[in-house]
Amino acid sequence: MRQIVATVLVMAAVWSAQQAAAASPSYFYPFVSPYEASVMEMPRWLEVPLPATVPRREFTLRVFPDREIPDVFWYEDGLVCSLAYQDGRAPLVFLVAGTGSRYNSPKMLKLQKVLHQAGFHVVALSSPIHMDFIVNAATGLPGDSQRDAEDLYRVMELAYEAVRATIDVSSFALAGYSLGAFNAAFVARLDEEKRRFNFRRVLLVNPPVDLYGAVDALDRLLVQNVPGGMEALEPWVRSVLATVGAAARELGYSEMSGEVLYLAYKRLPLKEETLAALIGLVFRMTAGDMIFTADVMNGGGYIVPRNARLTSTTSLGRFAMVAYRTRFVDYFDEYFFPSRQRREPGLTREALLAQMSLRSLEPYLRNAGKVGLVHNEDDIILAPGEMEYLQALFGDRARVFPTGGHMGNTFHPEVVRAMLDLLTGEERP
Amino acid sequence: MSAWRVPRLRGCVGLAPAMERLGRGALPTAFLAAALLLGACSTLPRTGPDTMPPLRTYEAVVQGGGPTLLDASDPLEGFNRGSYRFNYYFDEYVFLPVVRAYEFLLPDYAEDRVSSAVDNIGEFGNLTNSLLQWKPRKAGITLGRFVINSTVGIAGLWDPATAMGLERQSEDFGQTLGHYGVGPGAYLVLPILGPSSVRDTTGLVADSVAFSLVGPLAWVDEAAVSAGYAGTAAVDRRHRTRFRYRQTGSPFEYELLRMLYPMQRELQVAD
Repeated sequence: MRQIVATVLVMAAVWSAQQAAAASPSYFYPFVSPYEASVMEMPRWLEVPLPATVPRREFTLRVFPDREIPDVFWYEDGLVCSLAYQDGRAPLVFLVAGTGSRYNSPKMLKLQKVLHQAGFHVVALSSPIHMDFIVNAATGLPGDSQRDAEDLYRVMELAYEAVRATIDVSSFALAGYSLGAFNAAFVARLDEEKRRFNFRRVLLVNPPVDLYGAVDALDRLLVQNVPGGMEALEPWVRSVLATVGAAARELGYSEMSGEVLYLAYKRLPLKEETLAALIGLVFRMTAGDMIFTADVMNGGGYIVPRNARLTSTTSLGRFAMVAYRTRFVDYFDEYFFPSRQRREPGLTREALLAQMSLRSLEPYLRNAGKVGLVHNEDDIILAPGEMEYLQALFGDRARVFPTGGHMGNTFHPEVVRAMLDLLTGEERP
Repeated sequence: MSAWRVPRLRGCVGLAPAMERLGRGALPTAFLAAALLLGACSTLPRTGPDTMPPLRTYEAVVQGGGPTLLDASDPLEGFNRGSYRFNYYFDEYVFLPVVRAYEFLLPDYAEDRVSSAVDNIGEFGNLTNSLLQWKPRKAGITLGRFVINSTVGIAGLWDPATAMGLERQSEDFGQTLGHYGVGPGAYLVLPILGPSSVRDTTGLVADSVAFSLVGPLAWVDEAAVSAGYAGTAAVDRRHRTRFRYRQTGSPFEYELLRMLYPMQRELQVAD
């Protein structure tokens, strides 16, 4: 009798585990290391097949027409977005880019195709911490989850106004990945109040839970993995660039550009520590770009002098050196938190940190049947315990894969199926 | 406090504000010319009596002296930044629209034929510079490629030589100078052509002169033909170059390019 009960219990446990985990026994993903997973591109034969192009056009939003853009950002003239459109009536999904990415980064272009292929109109938006967004569309210092959501919502309203004449929209949805998913969660909650879009479904792909913790973890990847420590950062970067440059030449690319470096670095067999350090370096540079831009747009005083004007010919090398030696956590402690405290005198550091976390949305996320989650157990931006927290919070609205790192498996057929299931599923109470 | 004293603004005090006002929405051609003039302007921030140093200063944050990757030596920085800006507008309003029209009009197959033919004519530079660098193997391969592609490949429209194992050996006079120990010299951003160096620009001029005097098209008298070739080669080159401004998404794109280009160039010189 006991044996029968035990067997039934075991079977029940396995069955319920399978309900939470989306990966079927056929889920094959080649990279066991989460760092490799996060950096390396999946082999083409393993990826979901996508068309070469989809009907797509770009458009520019002047979010604050009276805003004077500083001369140092002479190339900024509105927030550029793109629309992948369907011929007939279709739902429209707003796709928010991940950490520091632009609306037309390689990953965004692919995701736009995935969603278009599934039948959506797709409006691609740059990340709120990307300099294009900060210069053209942000109303304050980036990192404020509520304000970033409001700024994004305003952009979405303007984007819809810009495209509605040319497409037929049946309903709205929202999707985001990485930091964009974090933003999307706050935008979804905001939409419940403003009701401008009434998103049918919201898809969060690989979000962080606690923003400060995630950015700190990413930065430590750099600090802890540069051979010789941070003092030896420059020689190490030089040697990495030489290696990647040589690989690029071998692959037949005759010039150096962001895209070429990205393509070459994705094909190099690198040690795990090097991969981790590179992930950290890219993140550090994203943060530095954000911090410099935010400082200039908010009157200076942190990296750029207060009451000085940077022009289109000002040498920015020294500011770059300082920006790339400034961590997001420095920005938080030395600039962001003091600035918020000036506006809200009683605000404590802990209270502010709590606001920068999905946990602050817990009551909403627990009961929002329309919000779905796709994640990986070995994602490098999650702290211990956060995966369990998300699974408990989202229940059967979560599709969690055992491997994939951070966004490494996004275009795996099973992951795509999970994403589309959550984005097109039946309306749930 | 060293960096924040009031700088001497050279030359353009009255000009710059007017240029900046013109910038938004004015004719791009006017701006293109203006951007070069801007090149004569100061590379320091515009300060005033109430300017205050920032919380994180360069001196405090960056330990150790010496040149750094992003703050590399750039004696012609004013000119270079103006040129860089000119190139951005040129790309946006002239070059890329022409390339897009080219890509729209020609099927991929035809574009590849054009690229192949242009490369074949360009073997002249590869050959002469391989010889100058005393690299007979490279010169031999280049000569073989030219012969095979011009005959079997029908005037270079196809490239059977690569399939036969004869890879393209890219050499130019800048690399030749580098081979003989000439350092790159100051970083230079050329209008239209982009990042270069004093040495490589000299090389480019030398190659162009040699090409027009004794190159494969030297016997052609018609100026229209050589202009046509130059234009086609330029559009083809831009069509094949993946570089797009703002790809880095960084406010420090100029500095990043200034760091990457010389590194890439040294790799080319070395091989």
